[in-house]
Amino acid sequence: MNWTLALPEIILSLSSLGIISYGAVQKRENPFFICSTFSIAALIAVSFLIMTGSNGLGFNNLFISDEFSRFMKLLILVAALLTIILSLDFNIKASSNSFEFTALLLFSTTGAMIMVSSNNLMTLYLGLELSSLPLYILCAFDRDNVFSSEAGIKYFILGSVASTIILYGLSLIYGFSGGLGYEHVHLAFASPNPIPPGLSFGLIFILVGLCFKISAAPFHMWTPDVYQGAPTSVSMYLSTVPKFAAFALFMRLIMGPFGNISFQWQLLIEIIAILSIIVGSVGAIVQTNIKRMMAYSSISHMGYTLVGLAAATTEGVLGSLIYLTVYLFMNIGTFAVIAAMTRKGLIVENVKDLSGLGKTNPGIAAAMAIFMFSMAGAPPLAGFFGKFMVFWAAISAHLYILTIIGILASAISAYIYLRIIKIMYFNTLIQPLDPQPLSLSLITFSMGTVTIIFLLFMSPIVHISKIAAQSLF
Amino acid sequence: MQPMDSSFLIVTLFSPLFGSCSSGLLGKMLGDRFAKSVSILGMILSLAASWYIMGHIVYSGPQDKLVPIATWISSSTFNISWDLRLDTLSVSMATIVTSISFLVHIYSIGYMSREEMPTYRFFSYLSLFTFSMLLLVTSCNLVGLYCGWEAVGLSSYLLIGYWYTKPAAVAAAIKAFVVNRIADLFFLIGISLLFILSGSVYFSDIFQRAPELLRTHYDFIGYDFKACEMISFLLFVGAMGKSAQLFFHVWLPDAMEGPTPVSALIHAATMVTAGVFLMARMSPILEIAYYTRALILIIGSITAFFAASVALTQTDIKKSIAYSTCSQLGYMFVAIGCGAYQIALFHLTTHAFFKALLFLGAGSVIHALHNEQDMFKMGGLAKKLPFTCVVMWIGSLALAGIFPFAGYWSKDAIMKSAWMYNSNCSYFAWVITSLTAFLTALYSWRLLFLVFHAPSKNQALTSKAKESPSVMINPMGVLALGSVCSGFILSSYYIGSKHTHFWGSSIFTGTNNHILSLIHRTPLFIAQTPSILAILGILVAYICYVRFPILPTKLANSFSGPYRFLINAWYFDRLYQIIFIKPYHILSKILWNIGEKEIIEGAPLIIADFTQRSAKTISRTQNGSFALYALTLVIGLVIILTTFLIYH
Repeated sequence: MNWTLALPEIILSLSSLGIISYGAVQKRENPFFICSTFSIAALIAVSFLIMTGSNGLGFNNLFISDEFSRFMKLLILVAALLTIILSLDFNIKASSNSFEFTALLLFSTTGAMIMVSSNNLMTLYLGLELSSLPLYILCAFDRDNVFSSEAGIKYFILGSVASTIILYGLSLIYGFSGGLGYEHVHLAFASPNPIPPGLSFGLIFILVGLCFKISAAPFHMWTPDVYQGAPTSVSMYLSTVPKFAAFALFMRLIMGPFGNISFQWQLLIEIIAILSIIVGSVGAIVQTNIKRMMAYSSISHMGYTLVGLAAATTEGVLGSLIYLTVYLFMNIGTFAVIAAMTRKGLIVENVKDLSGLGKTNPGIAAAMAIFMFSMAGAPPLAGFFGKFMVFWAAISAHLYILTIIGILASAISAYIYLRIIKIMYFNTLIQPLDPQPLSLSLITFSMGTVTIIFLLFMSPIVHISKIAAQSLF
Repeated sequence: MQPMDSSFLIVTLFSPLFGSCSSGLLGKMLGDRFAKSVSILGMILSLAASWYIMGHIVYSGPQDKLVPIATWISSSTFNISWDLRLDTLSVSMATIVTSISFLVHIYSIGYMSREEMPTYRFFSYLSLFTFSMLLLVTSCNLVGLYCGWEAVGLSSYLLIGYWYTKPAAVAAAIKAFVVNRIADLFFLIGISLLFILSGSVYFSDIFQRAPELLRTHYDFIGYDFKACEMISFLLFVGAMGKSAQLFFHVWLPDAMEGPTPVSALIHAATMVTAGVFLMARMSPILEIAYYTRALILIIGSITAFFAASVALTQTDIKKSIAYSTCSQLGYMFVAIGCGAYQIALFHLTTHAFFKALLFLGAGSVIHALHNEQDMFKMGGLAKKLPFTCVVMWIGSLALAGIFPFAGYWSKDAIMKSAWMYNSNCSYFAWVITSLTAFLTALYSWRLLFLVFHAPSKNQALTSKAKESPSVMINPMGVLALGSVCSGFILSSYYIGSKHTHFWGSSIFTGTNNHILSLIHRTPLFIAQTPSILAILGILVAYICYVRFPILPTKLANSFSGPYRFLINAWYFDRLYQIIFIKPYHILSKILWNIGEKEIIEGAPLIIADFTQRSAKTISRTQNGSFALYALTLVIGLVIILTTFLIYH
């Protein structure tokens, strides 16, 4: 019983329980700040635990800890940490500064980490639900805002549909293979006999459910509405942590239990990748709300990440991991800029509100320009290397059509990002935005720096990602 | 002494570049005076160095060596280093170029003094022009030569279009550039063919393999050509462009739109001589290309006649001299066609002196008359501009080939060689060039009489004329001296008894080619014909323009057809307009309207439009309805299941 492998998850869930208890019994006016500080400390501690963690299976093979899971967990923790730092100032503005926020965030993070470490279909489902349920509440956290409530409900209902689809897939696989453990499923798919269609159906149901989680087209419909409605800090969390967790599951499943039948899912992933890239790039063109635009942008980014997966090789997984890493930095940076968009104390979210930012707030405009260029894939910024790695993997795997469509679509997506830059620097100023609080400046600055100098520490990141990718095979 | 020569050649080449860069880049900051000084300083250095090497060659014999500067291209079988070739041919050309260019620089100080705009740009271009030409003549391989060739084209473009606010000047600059580019294309193909067939672009390698080229055949669109004929033809077409031979001459008269010192430079030293130089440089290949030489002979003689006949009717003083250059270049090509490369270069040298002189003289007249160029508005200027009048007389005497002026020695040698070459083509060339000699004298004295001796037609204009300042007069004096003496001084070196010693190995003469010794055995009558015809021409000019000034007008009226033919320069421009330019415009319009607007611009617009519309469609489906979202989810699932079932 190697329970220490799950120590990070245990600590995180205990912390959130502690926060809830403390929040219930304390006498202060609002314990939001102290709870946030505590959770930041918990997240940092857990990150260190993970960095020093060891490999192994625990809880009767229900739980796995390997280089891959630790890499993904670190990404998740960094995203969660930055979300809490951002929410320190932002949630006060968005009147979402109750202590439950941090507790729910930690629960969701724990669920995401369990997803990453699952080695059994049951653990998978458990983690999935644990990460999703708090998110439904978080989306509706700004209760007075009708859009926020709508977002919560929408995400809840559609998420439930996706959950049932996954559950149905799980039951199909269990029924046809007779087991829930990944190694069991792996054996079932490896048998020389023709694979029973029920197993393949189960595989597809699970993949579709996960595609919903990462908001890949055509399962993306919820994304723009939810991103727009939810508080910006939650949108930022939504665009990173659940996606990383679902991607980790995706990779683990298709490389592990479904690894023997890559010919069965490769085409599906190609189709989904192409659809996501196109829908994301094209859909973003006409958006006037910047959060909606970012929702479409994240759809297309997920499409690019899927390109790496479609290659079904170590290089492909490596490319996807690098892409996700890069996506983390530039996405959080962009959301920090969006969170900084307030005018006379009111939150503004239209693309037009950025007009003239280059003059009124050159620092934040420069950071935003860097993120936009990076997302468009302009070298030598981080986004270029992400795209380069996944396309390189796709070309190595002879997926030429996918690559060509991907590159053409990235030309389209360049339009949406350059439009933001144009608005910031060339449109005339309407009214200046309020000066942004310290925590946002900190995140924007650090993310901008990372995006610029990514080239410098690229080789260690590639090295670590490579180890992570290889541990899957 | 040897390394000294090398470094002096490098100084010769690079000091004009230094002058050009300094005056061009710093002229705006440090002013015109600095720009002039630095570019003239560069020219003085270059001049001194080139004369030093020349003197060294004259006294201690010919040289043939490479002066390495840098490795340029190194790519498996294609290796080019930037080396200079130091031999009599390159040094003699360099000496002419630097001498003329130096005098033109000095003259320009006076000529450009009335410009309102700063003139540092002008001096920078002049020096650049000189550098380009030096680059061309000193190169040891064809690629380097081609670079100089193109640089000359570029600088001529810059200088002809110097007054860029004048539409005519801009058009002339473009015309010169484009016509040259067309010829350059042939040149480039020639170089490529030479590289394919001989495997090298170095002169030394090519010349060694020249005998092989005689035996090699090249199949072109089903016809079998000798490689040497093919290559030399292509190179000759290139030379026709730069040296303004018939069919490619159209840019030359228009180039008169540039400032007059530029015309002097182009016509005497830095541009039109490039073609003749190329032919002399490629002498080992031309020696074995008999048919191409025959073609050169014919084209050269017809050019000489054509240009002289057109010069007869020009009213613009500069255009008249411009056609005269074209005609004299024809003479040089006749010499090339006869295999008398040394004579061609001799004429090139003497011509450089008197043509520069004539242009600077014309410039002096124009300067005195405040940019009036119409000869028929001038007259009676002999008293107002006595010095200019004298030097123009000297230049014209040299041009017409009157003993003992420079032109006599070189031009007569050409005509003698045409006679003694002893082929049908060369007899044809002799007849034509003899006629041309008459015409040359006629148009030269027509110019002299109209400008200096006929009664003034426009008193208001001519009465105020003043002799040019000494900064303009002195260069003309030097050139006048050259026009008088260069013939008999250089004759023995270039074509006379000392020629083998002087040229060394720089010009190849075949074993059967004895033209240089044959010309001394020309029958006396034949040898004297050009001079007699020239004197006849002067007499006719005297009768027509001094004694009976009404006569030319009467002739023009009674023979209006031929007159219009001549004054329109044989309708070449109009012909090209119809054959080339109009179809080209039509083609361009088609390409613009269909290719550019419809396809290159249109396709992205259609794609963008499509993208916009699909974006709207996507956002329209996003209507906020749960049912629709869930339905899409399920439809997606079904579609993916279906795809899966179909493919497995």
